[in-house]
Amino acid sequence: MIEFILLLLLIFMIVGALFVIEMDNLLSTAVVMGTIGIGLSVAFLFLGAPDLAIVEIVVDVISLIILIRATINRDIKEKAEESTSMISRIPLLVIVVIFFIFTYNVFQHLPAFGNPSFAGNPLAPSNIYLRDGLSKTGASNIVAAIILDFRAYDTLGEATVLFTSIIGALSVLRLFSRKRKEKEDK
Amino acid sequence: MKGMSQIVKVIAELVKDFIILFGIYIILNGHLSPGGGFAGGVIIAASYILVTLAFGRERAMKELSERGSHLLDNFGVLLFWTVAVLGWLIPGQAFFSNFIQRFAPGSPYNILTSGIILVCNIAIGIKVGASLFSVFTALAHFEPPLKGDDEE
Repeated sequence: MIEFILLLLLIFMIVGALFVIEMDNLLSTAVVMGTIGIGLSVAFLFLGAPDLAIVEIVVDVISLIILIRATINRDIKEKAEESTSMISRIPLLVIVVIFFIFTYNVFQHLPAFGNPSFAGNPLAPSNIYLRDGLSKTGASNIVAAIILDFRAYDTLGEATVLFTSIIGALSVLRLFSRKRKEKEDK
Repeated sequence: MKGMSQIVKVIAELVKDFIILFGIYIILNGHLSPGGGFAGGVIIAASYILVTLAFGRERAMKELSERGSHLLDNFGVLLFWTVAVLGWLIPGQAFFSNFIQRFAPGSPYNILTSGIILVCNIAIGIKVGASLFSVFTALAHFEPPLKGDDEE
């Protein structure tokens, strides 16, 4: 049953992604991208990951607002579509066929859906986290216990990467450039 | 941008504080129920973005200035790193060890439990909220340089 629901959600998201690629208007592209985020959030909810579902839906709403605010009232220069001949598409087709052959072979060796392959091993980290998570960290939300206690070093690097990227974005997008300020002083 | 219509302004005035309250709830309950610092921080940033869209930039800058959001951003990262290094400095503990939980364990399913997880959630919440708001203001009010700008 859950696999059928996930299949429907995946088809919904792929159709949305095709619309995003093919649409002409930039504003409607930004709106249609929201449907992909909603589909992903519902998929996380069905897979039993409410933490990820909350983060996904919230970040999706914020990024949608930022994209709409950034694209509205902007005149973007249109570019004429280049006509593509059949010969230039042959390498693309070859790559797609090779990709599908390899991924088919890889998927044959994956464990079945919903069947954790490492859980049979008593020394697997996931078993230790689930068994000792509450007694060692005191956090009843196992996700918080893992990302901020067992794997906190990873989260620290993540926060630092976010901080660095924010600094980079702000220094590129600042309202007044230093050069212009020097001119005003003259 | 001057802001939106009167209806939007009244509703935004009513709900903006409740959105911040919900974000704080998500952050403080991050170790008990789904949620956490990142989701709560984004919700708090959404409240300020709502104020920016409904009332215009000047009103939002009055509530949380650009300099203030930068300071909060730096404060969040510093708090996170301080908690990480403190575990290293205390003898017998390692880098990022949960020293509060070792020495003063709270009872499970309470707010005041799980030691550094709560502190780190608050740090991440402050950091993400402030930085997302500053990026939104920078992106929304960014004007590409005009062609005749250099000759001025």
